[in-house]
Amino acid sequence: MTASAFRKNLTLTLLVLAALLLLQFVLPEYYVLMATRMMVLAVFTVGFNALLGYVGLLSLGHAMFFACGLYAAGLSVYHFGFSLPAAFGVSLIASAALSLVIGAITLRTIRVSFMIVTLMFAQVGYLAVLYFAEWTNGQEGLSLPASARQMALGPWTLNIADAVTRYNIALVLLAASLGLLLFYLKGTRGRVATAIRDNEGRTEMLGFNVFAAKLEMFVLSGTLSGAAGAAYGLLFGYLGATFASFQYSIEALLFTLLGGAGTLLGPLIGVVLMVAMIDKLSELTSAYFLVIGVILIVLILWFPKGILGTIRERWAPWLL
Amino acid sequence: MHSKYNPLSLSMQRRTALKTLGGAAIALTSPAVLRPGFAQDGTIKLGAPMHRTGIGASYGRWYERTATAAVKLVNEMGGINGRKVEMIVEDDGTDPKRGTEVVEKFATQYKVDAIFGHLFSNVVAAAAPRAGELKVPYFICSEASLLGAGKLNRYTFQPGITDVRAQVQAMAPWIGSTIGKKVTMIFPDYNFGHDHRDFFTAAIKAQGGEVVAKIAVPPTETSFTRYFPQIPPSTEVIYHVMVGPAVLTFVKELGDYLGSKRPEIFGFIDSLEAVNFNTPQLGFLEGTYFWEAYPRYAQANQTEFDKFFREKVGVDANGASIADPKDISTYSHMFSCWETLFVIKQAMEMANYRGPEQKKDLVVAMESMTSFAEGKEHPQGAKQFNGKTHQVFGSQNISKVEGGKLKVVHRTKIEDGLYESPTDYTKMDL
Amino acid sequence: MGLGPYLLLATLEGLVQAAVLCITAAGLSLVFGVMRVVNVAHGEFVMLGAVIAWYAASLLTGHPALGFVVALIISPLIVGAIAALSERLILKRLDYNPEATIVATIGLLYIIQQSVLILYGPDARPVDPPFYYTIRLPWFGYSAYKLFVIGAAILIMGLIWFVLQKTRAGLIMRATQFDRETAQAFGIPVDKVSAYVFALGAGLAAIAGILVVPIQQAHYLMGTDPLLLSFIVVIIGGLGSMSGTVVAAILIGLSDGILSMMFSPTLAKMVSTLLVALVLVFRPNGLFGKAAR
Repeated sequence: MTASAFRKNLTLTLLVLAALLLLQFVLPEYYVLMATRMMVLAVFTVGFNALLGYVGLLSLGHAMFFACGLYAAGLSVYHFGFSLPAAFGVSLIASAALSLVIGAITLRTIRVSFMIVTLMFAQVGYLAVLYFAEWTNGQEGLSLPASARQMALGPWTLNIADAVTRYNIALVLLAASLGLLLFYLKGTRGRVATAIRDNEGRTEMLGFNVFAAKLEMFVLSGTLSGAAGAAYGLLFGYLGATFASFQYSIEALLFTLLGGAGTLLGPLIGVVLMVAMIDKLSELTSAYFLVIGVILIVLILWFPKGILGTIRERWAPWLL
Repeated sequence: MHSKYNPLSLSMQRRTALKTLGGAAIALTSPAVLRPGFAQDGTIKLGAPMHRTGIGASYGRWYERTATAAVKLVNEMGGINGRKVEMIVEDDGTDPKRGTEVVEKFATQYKVDAIFGHLFSNVVAAAAPRAGELKVPYFICSEASLLGAGKLNRYTFQPGITDVRAQVQAMAPWIGSTIGKKVTMIFPDYNFGHDHRDFFTAAIKAQGGEVVAKIAVPPTETSFTRYFPQIPPSTEVIYHVMVGPAVLTFVKELGDYLGSKRPEIFGFIDSLEAVNFNTPQLGFLEGTYFWEAYPRYAQANQTEFDKFFREKVGVDANGASIADPKDISTYSHMFSCWETLFVIKQAMEMANYRGPEQKKDLVVAMESMTSFAEGKEHPQGAKQFNGKTHQVFGSQNISKVEGGKLKVVHRTKIEDGLYESPTDYTKMDL
Repeated sequence: MGLGPYLLLATLEGLVQAAVLCITAAGLSLVFGVMRVVNVAHGEFVMLGAVIAWYAASLLTGHPALGFVVALIISPLIVGAIAALSERLILKRLDYNPEATIVATIGLLYIIQQSVLILYGPDARPVDPPFYYTIRLPWFGYSAYKLFVIGAAILIMGLIWFVLQKTRAGLIMRATQFDRETAQAFGIPVDKVSAYVFALGAGLAAIAGILVVPIQQAHYLMGTDPLLLSFIVVIIGGLGSMSGTVVAAILIGLSDGILSMMFSPTLAKMVSTLLVALVLVFRPNGLFGKAAR
């Protein structure tokens, strides 16, 4: 990547983030809430896209990492009274460790096998949430008490259940994950990753350790997903088995495909469009899953590069 | 950077796709699809999150029909405090996450006066705390024993139907004294089933009985025969509560397995709601007993209120839809939507409720309620309301299957279900 | 109950499960073998088969066996037609790219599931078995229909074997599976074969659905379990190997019954899913699969 391309990408990302910062002053209450949710889901999708878009690995089990972060953070608050930053730290460690183990096993497989193996591990994760009901309270799940969602910050109390605080925390997290990925891709390791996607055999022949590079991206991806899960659990205060289910792995895929796999801001665009659409559709029809199914097929048939992918192909080849 | 290999990249006619997607986008953002009816002055807006899809869809459909009938009736009676009642329905997919989002949407976008209608306990457990944070009165039409356990909050009420704990406690004496003291429980392996397991174990013990086996079955199970060998020979009563689509299989396989030498069987109607009793697969249930909150089949001593309720909701004497006799209602649960709406009406009238700025008055008015008399507003029967725990208590029915219909053989008193709870939501901040 | 009858019951139950699983997984395995794609919507074809059986049974009054036989004829045809149509409209255009096919069939899964919810409703509906008879053993009773299911599965699997090994159509399928390009060079219309195989796989799923519906009920969410289980069977048996599929189905069917008696059923499911995932990682050709060519 040339320096000027990097500058353009950085500028674009900063502009988008600045717009998001300003948006909270003009959006009505409900849309602030929706935007908060979208940003957290965008972090999840950025994590998913890191793997699909930049190394070319399609996981069908990312809900497992989202749920890992969600439960690691939530349960340490709920059962052990951890402070919020400590709980968030625990979730990062837990999801990094889980993705290291799962990655080390699943990356021995490729293509279709990889998809199915990740799906199966995620299914085990979902069942584990149900099985350890003494801790997780199974399907009913747990709600974090209001007192656990506050922390002292010098002389002030930071209440993360507050709408504005929550919005800005989500924004910071999104900025951090986008920044992390941007700088990662700029470096040598990022180039190795994309080289693997473009031609795995040649990359290996050139002497790069393909497995290590894939594993590194897998851990980055899983940890970002876990961070999103932790944020979701702490900001919205509910931990439930539903977040570990297959459907949430599919949603990440859907968001990524719509926005454009292998683009930095594609996940955000995909999440915003898709979540807004589901929300509107559910006012009209209860068959929104039907529409999701149709969109999946339409995207994969005629539009496999997604929105930003197409824009890059036609107008802006510098897009990362 | 261009990818040579992307697992999903394919060469296709992109132009056509752009058009298709563009068209969809326009359709979605055009004003025609935006729901009309925002913030008209002088209406009372009630948000109704319903299980239209997902595992609770059979219930959701009838909840919606019942609530629609009740709202229509309220408006015919002149509305609430002279204001028209508008019900806004959205699907929650029987999913805790979506259920929570819908509650948020009702509170912050539609700015409703109150929310009612959630049934499944996992959805309630997720959504109630958000309703409390958003300070919107949230009325659940669920049997979840969450309120009495102190797990919810000041804005959450259950004024339409008794919770599992009280149901079980009210019926245990009859089970112990009439059909047997040695009980094997078969229940779904999640919170709803665990409530049954824990509360019934304690309740039958108090009657001098015991639970001889507890068989937990995963809620998605489709075949049951392999669980039956766990039923001990000493069993006098099989107590089953299985919510899920596989219930007919369960009954059929139990019948095949046990044959005519069966112990007494006591079940919860929950699993057979929306299911026709008159199917060959259920023949084995003849002579067994069921809990019913509200008798599905019109009884010999049917009250005029029950007649009225059936007529308004569109249900015949067999608990089926008048339009389609094959469409069976969820009779033992859906009345809670009806009764809840009339409780909301009563509380709003007490508080002289005019608009959302009086939500706190509505909560306080609810907490001052103590009892509801049997009537058109409360066709299931009289009830007691505990303002501290926000939980209502009513009579339960035990029915016997006779000739493919359910006949009530015992009706409990309200007092049988009352239990002590240290919970006092009135002490929480408003 | 003593250990003997207890094991007998577990074995019978396991065999019934294995029988249904065999047919479902055979369809999935055939599709994977010949077309090299994984069909995530396979479970929905089972569900469609069951739902159509319900329609057949409720439209035809008279003896339940009549509806059952009619369902056995029309249901695989309808489901096969739906599958062939989606193969032409979607999979073919994707050029059978394995990853893209998975995404597309996930879409198909949602479409089928929601369409059924809209048209058929959310209720679980029963279908009468063609006959009612309970075999009374000294220790427990057992439904004769379940034994019929085992017999039917043996018959169908025999038929599949015959078609694959002894007929021209089977030869064409095997040739396509063995080497697509060479088959094409020899004048086999590989393109058409794919459509027929996809329809055939779906038809087998539909038959499994019809056989199972008198035991379970027709419900719009009933496709999930068969999908996961047949995945497991096909993987253990070796992707694309028909005899491996049969052995794996019996193994899974029997062990599932016995495992879930000893452990909590949820734990049993966790352990078995984990084991299968590890099999796929460390023995990618399945326990009984041949090494890759």
